[in-house]
Amino acid sequence: MKRIYTIEDACIGCHLCEIGCITEHSLSKDPVKAFLHEKERPISRCTVEERDGGVISLSTTCRHCDEPDCLRACISGAIQKNAEGVVRIDREQCVGCWSCVMACPYGAIQRNLASKKANKCDLCPDRETPACVDACPNRALVYREGSQK
Amino acid sequence: MNYVIVGNSVAAVGAIRAIRALDQDGTITVISRERHNAYGRPLISYLLGGLINEKRMSYLPEDFYEQNRINLLLNSEVVAVDSVAKKITLASGDSLPYDKLLLATGGDPFVPPISGLADKDRVFTFTTWDDAAKLKVISQDINRAVVIGGGLIGLKAAEGLNLLDKSVTVVELADRVLSSAFDRPAGKIVARKMKANGIDVITEDTVVSIEGNGREITGVTLKSGDFIPCDTVVVAIGVRPAAGFLKGSDIEINRGIVVDSSMATSAEGVYAAGDVAEAADFFSGQKNPMPIWPDAYIQGDIAGTAMAGGTKAYEGGLAMNSIEFFKVSTISMGVTNPRDPSEYEIHAFQDIQNYQYRKIVLQDNRLVGAVLVGNVDRAGIFSGLIREKIDMTPFKESLLLPEFGFINLSREIRDQLFAPQGKTSDTGRTQRAVGH
Repeated sequence: MKRIYTIEDACIGCHLCEIGCITEHSLSKDPVKAFLHEKERPISRCTVEERDGGVISLSTTCRHCDEPDCLRACISGAIQKNAEGVVRIDREQCVGCWSCVMACPYGAIQRNLASKKANKCDLCPDRETPACVDACPNRALVYREGSQK
Repeated sequence: MNYVIVGNSVAAVGAIRAIRALDQDGTITVISRERHNAYGRPLISYLLGGLINEKRMSYLPEDFYEQNRINLLLNSEVVAVDSVAKKITLASGDSLPYDKLLLATGGDPFVPPISGLADKDRVFTFTTWDDAAKLKVISQDINRAVVIGGGLIGLKAAEGLNLLDKSVTVVELADRVLSSAFDRPAGKIVARKMKANGIDVITEDTVVSIEGNGREITGVTLKSGDFIPCDTVVVAIGVRPAAGFLKGSDIEINRGIVVDSSMATSAEGVYAAGDVAEAADFFSGQKNPMPIWPDAYIQGDIAGTAMAGGTKAYEGGLAMNSIEFFKVSTISMGVTNPRDPSEYEIHAFQDIQNYQYRKIVLQDNRLVGAVLVGNVDRAGIFSGLIREKIDMTPFKESLLLPEFGFINLSREIRDQLFAPQGKTSDTGRTQRAVGH
């Protein structure tokens, strides 16, 4: 399956991947409406980490593991892996216990405290290329085939 | 191949998925004492408190049993295993043959001998859906409840009852609540939150007698001599591996069913996984029962793999819990409260007023445990670092930072550990790829 790869050396810490992710998961899919007018703004499913005042930065997200620790820890069954290998969270079923947050060694699951639901990368089911990859101005994110482990 | 799985919770599900990944043709029979399909067992307090409805208890998609071609026998109890003749006997008297057997029967609530307990109606345990349902049915008649036990199960039962506006007192024998999974400051924060929500917490005391008229409860007497009036008692002291039905079999049982690193028991073709099993601990390698949900899944996966002819080795159980009490998030993992602190290096930050706490436990510069209260974001990075036994010396100082992440590790570790896919780039050349 295709996964998202980060080229750390190419990351400029611009956070556009986060903005692309938030926009894609908003109701309007429009950045201005999503950030300024929508009542419940989504939270980003990728995280840009920075150090030394931004000299070092990198963007991390879910790797859609072959054997996902999040799925194994989920107490409600909200986390499922589909036939294509994509790991998704059913928001209706999620109870916000954060067991997935505890278990994911990549720190790739976010707590949405407003909705009390866990959030993670869903590889943007409505798009051919995930929004974060399209939003990256420096090709620090690449979407391609490759093995996980 | 004829697979029989006794038990129908998360370990069974892990095993079913593993078996079907390797063997599409074998027959799989799943036998459960309970009347429900697999459900989110830790969700029973949410159900009791009215936070979720019955529909959301389902752990699996509706078509799971059909998709995996499972012969599901609910309301059926296994009473004996004959590992020589390779058959099991059900309470109904029927017997079933097997080629490979998985014992995933979980735990039974432990109910100690308490004077007056046996002849009272409203004494409950709190480990199954039906336990929660029974409490819910009578909840309008509950005025005051006493919960015996201040561990995870007891506090969740107390929270569920409190959400129904019932007056609740928790009685705990240790000097604090959550003494096994958490440490003193974390227990203190949780107890403070519970008291703020109207739950009484009594520590260093225990219930010696349940008082009442006939089958009705009027209160409990504590060891200290105090009397607490109540009409309902919930016993939540802990669970014991549900292995009683194996008496007389040749399957080795210590506290739980003893298993090796492939989850095989002492009897050929028989495996055990989940709360009933006694498998190796991650740190010591010593065998212990460890009633932890994610661990039960992993054990089920390993057992199922072995049963279907594959090989996977258990790396040892790492205790971890993520529980919310009255919207305060808590996560604990590994060694949280070392008996001999001199062998460990402990770093902690606490702001009890704001329900924030963070503690890191290191041994020989390796991370071995963590407790997070309040801000629990990215806690899983710690569980990864524990499992990978990384030398933390160069970045020890950053572990307590609220925004701790991969960026605080060295580049080598990021490349090696957290970007395994970077090693298999399309060109065959190692490409530095981190994160996504």
